[in-house]
This record gives sequence, C-alpha cells and structure tokens, in this order.
Amino acid sequence: MKILRATRMDRCIGCHSCSLACARQVHKKVSWRTAGIRIKSSGGITTGFEANVCLGCEPAPCAAACPTGAYSQRKGGGVLVKMKLCIRCGQCAAACPVDAIYLDDTGVPYVCIHCGQCVPYCPHDCIEMREKPEHVCVGGTCDV
Amino acid sequence: MSDAAFRVCIVHLDEGKGEIVSFGDKNLHIGGSGLAAALFEKYGLPNESWSHPDQPLIFAIGCLTGYFPLMSKVVAGFKSPYHDQYAESHAGGRLALAMRFAGYDAIVLRGRARLPVAVHVGARVIETKDANYLWGANVFTTGRVIRRAFPGASGHRSIMRIGPAGETLSAYGCINVDTFRHFGRLGSGSVMGVKNVKAIVVSGDSDLPLPGPDPKAYGKLFKKVYEDMTATEMMSKYHNLGTPGNVIPINELKSLPIRNLQQTTDPDAVGISGEKFAADLLIRNAACAGCPVGCIHVGMLREQFQDEHRFQIRQVSYDHELIFALGSMVGVMDASGALALMDEVEKQGLDAMSAGVALAWATEAYQKGLLTKEQVEYDLAFGNVDAYKEAIWCLGHGKNEFYRALAQGAMVAAKKFGGEDFACVLGQEMAGYATGETFFASQSLSFRHSHLDTGAYGYDQKEHDKNADKAVKYFVDDERERVILTSLVSCLFARGVYKKGLLAECLTSVGLPDLAANLDKAADEMQRLRWRMRLSTGYEPEKTSVPKRFLEVETWAGKMDPGYLDAVRAGYIKAIRELGAPRGES
Repeated sequence: MKILRATRMDRCIGCHSCSLACARQVHKKVSWRTAGIRIKSSGGITTGFEANVCLGCEPAPCAAACPTGAYSQRKGGGVLVKMKLCIRCGQCAAACPVDAIYLDDTGVPYVCIHCGQCVPYCPHDCIEMREKPEHVCVGGTCDV
Repeated sequence: MSDAAFRVCIVHLDEGKGEIVSFGDKNLHIGGSGLAAALFEKYGLPNESWSHPDQPLIFAIGCLTGYFPLMSKVVAGFKSPYHDQYAESHAGGRLALAMRFAGYDAIVLRGRARLPVAVHVGARVIETKDANYLWGANVFTTGRVIRRAFPGASGHRSIMRIGPAGETLSAYGCINVDTFRHFGRLGSGSVMGVKNVKAIVVSGDSDLPLPGPDPKAYGKLFKKVYEDMTATEMMSKYHNLGTPGNVIPINELKSLPIRNLQQTTDPDAVGISGEKFAADLLIRNAACAGCPVGCIHVGMLREQFQDEHRFQIRQVSYDHELIFALGSMVGVMDASGALALMDEVEKQGLDAMSAGVALAWATEAYQKGLLTKEQVEYDLAFGNVDAYKEAIWCLGHGKNEFYRALAQGAMVAAKKFGGEDFACVLGQEMAGYATGETFFASQSLSFRHSHLDTGAYGYDQKEHDKNADKAVKYFVDDERERVILTSLVSCLFARGVYKKGLLAECLTSVGLPDLAANLDKAADEMQRLRWRMRLSTGYEPEKTSVPKRFLEVETWAGKMDPGYLDAVRAGYIKAIRELGAPRGES
C-alpha cells in the first residue's frame, strides 16, 4: 500500500490547499487545523514551509500507545483509526515523535490516513502517494 | 444572532478589552468593501480628523472567505492620513483565512493605546500586550520579534506590522501583512501608528462545519472552481512572469512612466522586465492562504557589504507596480537596483508606489534647483540607487523638514517647494500605467485612486473613439462589478473565473440564496454606500486635478487630448456626486 509523502516541500508556496482539502473531504470541516496534513512556516514565510504529516511509522508508536485499540497498524505504513473506539485520551499525539497528530479542543485526534485525497490539490506536486522503500519497511521512516 | 449578520470583533485599545457584536446583513453588505463602509458608517467620525483616537481601523472579509479558492483578501477601511477622507486598502497573505478561522467577519480597532502595543485576536483570545520595546524597529525586525513574542500557531496566524513610516505618521505608511503582502495605499499604517499599535496578530485557531444545506454539493462545486483556477491558462499570466510581464508590453505601448514621467518608453526597460527578473533573480513563488495560484514573486537581493566577498542575501517580493515606482520612475533600469530599493521601502513600512513617485518628483525638483542639497541630503539623480536608499530611510523617519513634507505626499511637498506641474499625483501618487486620458481621468477621481478601481488602463488600450459618456458609463459599471468581488473579498486576479453566475452558485452553496439572487442590487447599494462615506468625509471631486505633466505624455495612440480628458472628468464627477448622494436623494 502506498503512503503519503511530502517529498518536495521546497516547492511549497504556502497555499494550504492540501490541508483545506483534507479537512473538507475527509473530516467534513472547513479548517486548516483539523486535517491530516498541516502546513506551517518554519519561522516566517521567507524560511519556507514544512508539512506536519504522518511519516507512516511501522510499527507506529501512536498505535502502540492507544489504550483502546482505536489505532491499529496500517499495512505498508501508518495507522488506521476507528473513532468509535477513541476515548480522547491524547496518548496517540503524545507518542508521535514528529507531532503529526493534531488534537482539537475537545481532544479528538486528526492524523493522516494516507488516503491521498489532498494530492490533486497541491499545485506544485509537493506531495505524492508512493510505496515505502523496501529497506525501510521495518522501523525506518526515511524518505529516499 | 441572525445567520445573516456579521460577527465583528471590536478591540477597545484604551481599555485593552474586546467586544463581540452582531452587525449588519450579509444579504445587503456582502462583506469586505461593503461591510467596511457599513462599519465606518456606524463607528466612523466623518467630521473629525483621521488621527482622532476614536476613528476606527476596520479589517473585513466576505461571506465566501475560506470557503472557496482565491477568496483570500481583506479590505481595510479607515479615514486616510493622505486626504483625511474615508479610504480602502486591500491585502492578501494569510490574514483573510486567519480571520475566518478566528471566527470574525471583521476586526475593528477603536481608541488609542496609552503606550505602543501588539494586539492579539483569536477565537478564544483578545488581548493587547506591551510592545513599547519595538517602537522604532523596522518591519523585518518587528516580524521576527513578534513571532517570538507570540509563539505557536505557525502557519495558522497572520502578523500585521508597521515600520518607522507608520510611527512618524507618513501619509503613506503601509501595513505589512505576513512579510510579502501589504495594505499599501493611503496610509493605513499611520492609522495603526497614531493608535499606538505596532503589530496585530490574528490566530486562525478554530474550525467550521461544512457550509450550506448540501455539503456534498458544496464539495463538488469547490472542486470545479479549484480546477477552473488551476487547470486553465487563465491564471498563467499571474503565476508565470506575474504582473512584471506587463513591463515590456507597456513600454512598447509608450505607456511606462519613466524618470518622473518625462518619458514613457526606453529601450533600457528590458533591464527591469519581468523576463529579466524571472531569469536572474526569481527564487520562488509564494501564495496567499487559500489560493493555489502563487502569484507572489520573490527575488533574491544579493549585496556585498564588505570586501573579501562578504555578501548578505535577502528575499524581496516584486511586481509591476513596484518595478515601475522603484525602477523606471526613478530611472533605475537595473533589476537588482530596483530590488534593493524595494527592500529599503519594505523596511521603512512605506507604500512603495507613493515612495517611488514622490522620490521621482524630488529628483526632478532637485535637478531644477527647487530643492537644495541641504534639504535632500543625498545626490538624488535618476538611477542613483545608493542615494535613493538613503533618501528612503530619511522618508521613513521624517528626518528633516523636507522629508517630513515629502512623507505627506509629493503634491504636499510640491505646494511647499514648487514643481506642482510635474508632481505625478492623481489623487495619490500615480500607478504604473500611463495609457492615456481615460486612465488619468479615472485615477484622478476614483474611490481608491487606484488602477484597480476600474479597468480604465485597459479601456485606453482598446477604445479610441473618445466618447466621454461611454467612458464614464464604463467606469461606473465596471466599478460596480468590482465592488462585488471586493466585497466577497476575492482576489481581482480571479475576476475572469468568478463571473456572476458562478458567484451566485457559490453563495447558494454556502447558504446565502437571497444574496445570490440579489447580487446586482447589493452591489449597487454598496457602491453607493462607499461613495457616500467618501463624500461625507469631505471628498470634493471637483477640486481634484490632473497635473500638467500628464498632458505632456505621448503614448502609442498619440498626444493627450485635454478636451476629452476634461469631458471624461466632468462626466465622472457628476456620476460620483449622483452615486454618493445622501440616502433618498439619489
């Protein structure tokens, strides 16, 4: 299975179209926060942009930390989330090493599920769906 | 609170407190331009000076902001230090979406803080913080410090700030928005300055449900609009070379203001062309939040500051208006030189167009002996980048009597020192299109004195029948159509896509079918309201003039026709008086 990669963020123009698309299409909201991918500038716009997005860990620390089994390992990297099982404890976000899980004001977690719906909305092809390279399938999250 | 009312955050600066009010009617005021004018009607003091502490500084978005692409701008409404009349200025950046996600259709600053402050507004925060330590800091330093003083929410907040020009109350101190965008014209930065507000941080820290009665239909429509904005060639001119792509064609049409409008064409213009910038200096593009076009062109300014190859590098955004004002108008026909001046103007927090045109006038006045070396301090000469860099600092800081006068406008300085005939002022310092009589007539009178009030610069290029009635009708009709977009508040680059039919679909999809059905009527009302506010604050269009220099211009279409110019102006003055007549008299 493919995972979402923000492989060319040097090209990002900061339009937020990806996160707005995720919020709108996946989470049914108008937002640039309640989304699986969120764009931030790394200290003012002149320094360029970063994507806060799940790196597709395998095994995923967030899934291991989840006390209710709401998070489970997704084949090929990343996690699957069953919101019915979520008790909003925030352990997933605390366990994520790259701050990729956003908790809204009520504690609901938002994490990339690698569905790829954001990809067509990036005008500069900064993000893409791709297979995780074989040699990093266990443990690693390396991007090249 | 009615669904059709706007949610407005009022910040009372003297108390450091906020107030949330339900205001107006989306079906009537639309948002942006219309909402700002309506708020000024309620909170403005038409007969008091712009610097009166109780004058409001208004920022307004529209009812499609955040819901559709390129609905990404904000309208600032204020009484202008330039002419002490009601004025508007528009800016992009992240501000529009930050306001939408903070939950406010408008933010209004009232009163005056006792000492310099930074204002922070979000969904759950309204506060003012001491910023006395930042007074005197330039725009770059202010941005850096404010990011540190208000940590968190990177990427989801907008930072507005002023430089020295706003503090010294220049008539054209601007508000910098998120580094690369500006409320440029007519002095909104000084309105912040007089209120002792150094910076405003807007945190877009909440989220909204999908709008309208049918979220699926909304999502589908969004996709269609997004595809129209990106997949067609319509936006190519804005993201490819950008507006600097105009430099060569306008130069070829003998319509590029050069050396204080003493020329309108010069082979050296290739040195500041969009092609030249793109090939040699462009390093990347940036976008306003919610816009995939990415029209912001960022150039690299590489300056040697010491021997032994010691360089500093800065990123400077450029577009046609800046290239004209700080390039051709001051005779700087070198892209790097123009970029260096843009950088200096940015630091001081000045409107780039007014600053460039004012310095062009000062250069000619100095050449003609109307100004002394003691007054100008540096050897102002067309093309002298080093002297202009120093002069821009003097302008921002109001260094001496001459620069303080120049900082109030080229015509203010000309009235004092002489040289009114060649001060290139059409209401405010001119825009970069010397295309002919209809543009000069339009800019000298129109609401913002902007080339974007109407498409007059394009009209000059297409229509040559010199029919004054037809031109005036075009101004009025075109402005009304633009009021729809500036009220929603769309980027005007999107005007080719956002035709009225599509706008009606968008409005219906977000649950505003009544506005969709009555858009023309609302636009007409808001066009009138804006003019009414302008006239109520003392605008007398009859007193405007077109300086002699504009009549000396020769374009590809030939010499200027003063009779035609006067006829268009007379017709437009009559139309403005009719549009802005007190309610019930129109």
